[in-house]
Amino acid sequence: MAKTLYDKLWDDHVVHQDENGTTLLYIDRHLVHEVTSPQAFEGLRMAGRKPWNSSSVLASPDHNVPTTDRSKGISDEVSRIQVETLDRNCADFGITEFRMDDVRQGIVHVIGPEEGATLPGMTVVCGDSHTSTHGAFGALAFGIGTSEVEHVLATQCLIQKKSKNMLIRIDGSIPTGITGKDIVLAIIGRIGTAGGTGYAIEFGGQAIQELSLEGRMSLCNMAIEAGARAGMVAVDQKTIDYVKGRPYAPQGEDWDKAVGYWQTLHTDEGAYFDAILELNAEDIKPQVTWGTSPEMVVTIADRVPDPQAESDPVKREGMQRALDYMGLDANTPITAIAPDKVFIGSCTNSRIEDLRAAAAIARGRKVAANIKLAMVVPGSGLVKKQAEEEGLDKIFTAAGFEWREPGCSMCLAMNADRLEPGERCASTSNRNFEGRQGQGGRTHLVSPAMAAAAAVNGHFVDIRNVD
Amino acid sequence: MEKFNKLTGIVVPLDRANVDTDAIIPKQFLKSIKRSGFGPNLFDEWRYLDHGEPGMDNSQRPLNPDFILNEPRYQGGSVLLARKNFGCGSSREHAPWALEDYGFRAIIAPSFADIFFNNAFKNGLLPIVLSEQQVEQLFKEVEAQPGYQLTIDLQQQTITTPGADTIAFDVDAFRKHCLLNGLDDIGLTLQHTDAIRAYEDRRRQEAPWLFNVASS
Repeated sequence: MAKTLYDKLWDDHVVHQDENGTTLLYIDRHLVHEVTSPQAFEGLRMAGRKPWNSSSVLASPDHNVPTTDRSKGISDEVSRIQVETLDRNCADFGITEFRMDDVRQGIVHVIGPEEGATLPGMTVVCGDSHTSTHGAFGALAFGIGTSEVEHVLATQCLIQKKSKNMLIRIDGSIPTGITGKDIVLAIIGRIGTAGGTGYAIEFGGQAIQELSLEGRMSLCNMAIEAGARAGMVAVDQKTIDYVKGRPYAPQGEDWDKAVGYWQTLHTDEGAYFDAILELNAEDIKPQVTWGTSPEMVVTIADRVPDPQAESDPVKREGMQRALDYMGLDANTPITAIAPDKVFIGSCTNSRIEDLRAAAAIARGRKVAANIKLAMVVPGSGLVKKQAEEEGLDKIFTAAGFEWREPGCSMCLAMNADRLEPGERCASTSNRNFEGRQGQGGRTHLVSPAMAAAAAVNGHFVDIRNVD
Repeated sequence: MEKFNKLTGIVVPLDRANVDTDAIIPKQFLKSIKRSGFGPNLFDEWRYLDHGEPGMDNSQRPLNPDFILNEPRYQGGSVLLARKNFGCGSSREHAPWALEDYGFRAIIAPSFADIFFNNAFKNGLLPIVLSEQQVEQLFKEVEAQPGYQLTIDLQQQTITTPGADTIAFDVDAFRKHCLLNGLDDIGLTLQHTDAIRAYEDRRRQEAPWLFNVASS
């Protein structure tokens, strides 16, 4: 029978299945960070259990780490204790951890692929909803809660029920200035933040094939923002080329065998999808969110929507609440919105191509006078190192951007990087929820080039008009 | 995990769609390495007028009188009524921990985000999906009748209103079994140890690269 990519990945990991479909699913790779793991390790200790396979786990602190000088450690005591707890747990249970002072430290969703710890065909989980990122490699990757973190540590398995299959096909060629971020925001704008609930989404079509692996990671990263726990892209030559030679990637005979298997990781002709959405890349314009949910998104050429034009009362009230929170008037042109801060980073957009795209805009320009802070936070120590080797840090600092140490930073503001009440931010992160980047903070989600362009112009501009 | 069998409790109507986990429990409280004590910071940014940080004496903080949880008639509520896509956003299990610690045992909404839905069951918190129309009707009834309570019977899979209307709901058989008996998933899975080992042996042949992991 013809299978989808998701069907294949699922079937290859079934350990046991009950009559009602409840399945014990085997987990190949478990990524761990400091925020969602302490209670899981505590649970293991209390039950006298040990990790089933500690070599399947890779850990790094990312949410709480400072992005400024780290030589003095973490000044916030509660944050420091959480990071130290991860260090102690990994040491006690024999888990590989890239600590804060390791050049390989970074956001788990950046370092997994960077190390080759994320491979095609794997099941990858992490106590973090943005684990969907790893689906870019033709892997089945999804976020889990802390009880499940403990469950995977103890048993190498999860109790799951299979999701439905959704195909989102993006035909056509990607126009200049359009990124994986714009594509996924356009999708969320179309299907809403619950549009993918209950589904595993496969992204396909010419535009997706054209995307680099990093672009595919940005795309799959935000599948969860469309409600889908897992997003994925079929394996192609680009995937295999990306993985080759990375520290955890297979070598020699194992490599050849692995590639043979990976080449089967695509949807068969005629396989059944429960839902299909088709978009054309040529219709996609640079995206900017205006509200407090990623589905509240328009193009740079648009205006802030008017709640009065919405007929559904629950939706209308939600729009009005969002406008009040965001301090925006209906019908304001998006290009008239001026941020106070600019954040380039997060598991969505902190990889080398993201930084290159932002640097290309920043080169030879200056951050506008009305921007209080423009910061660039690489996704990992290795991304930072590579960017510095390419001279990107110099471009950013010459333009007036701050060049920081790697971590999650102002995507969710668990460390010192945050918005003050009422501050507006052009952000390359993934969530514009109320208070996400700091209490009272106002987030506009955009691509890296759009964020850099907002920084140097002092307001949102259409990247397609910037040389 | 605390067992869930039958519950009669005051219903709190939270009339918002897309309530995200950042709103349920803001990030600064995620720095805790404990599982308990999140209740006083449930919906922190909506519930209090000041900015909350870990370690504050929450009983001294100014309450937002306009937030539903602070209305006298809803004190002691154990059933939360909400709109669609409840619990969207991050995977933080601190969200069900906070709801449970506050005293909620059940949440009724037209839909839930997948990860939250799953996390709730693991913490003795029952998420119930009803149709938009049924939820709308409950919102009307709750708002019209102070002291409005619902009785939720998990064994029977029914909700009973004060007017003695009975609403049936669906629940996955395995999750129901675990919740009724307060079962630990890990213990159940470890009963399949032989199957897990057999799977690993087979995979070691088929996909040896997954087991020949380089270590740093």
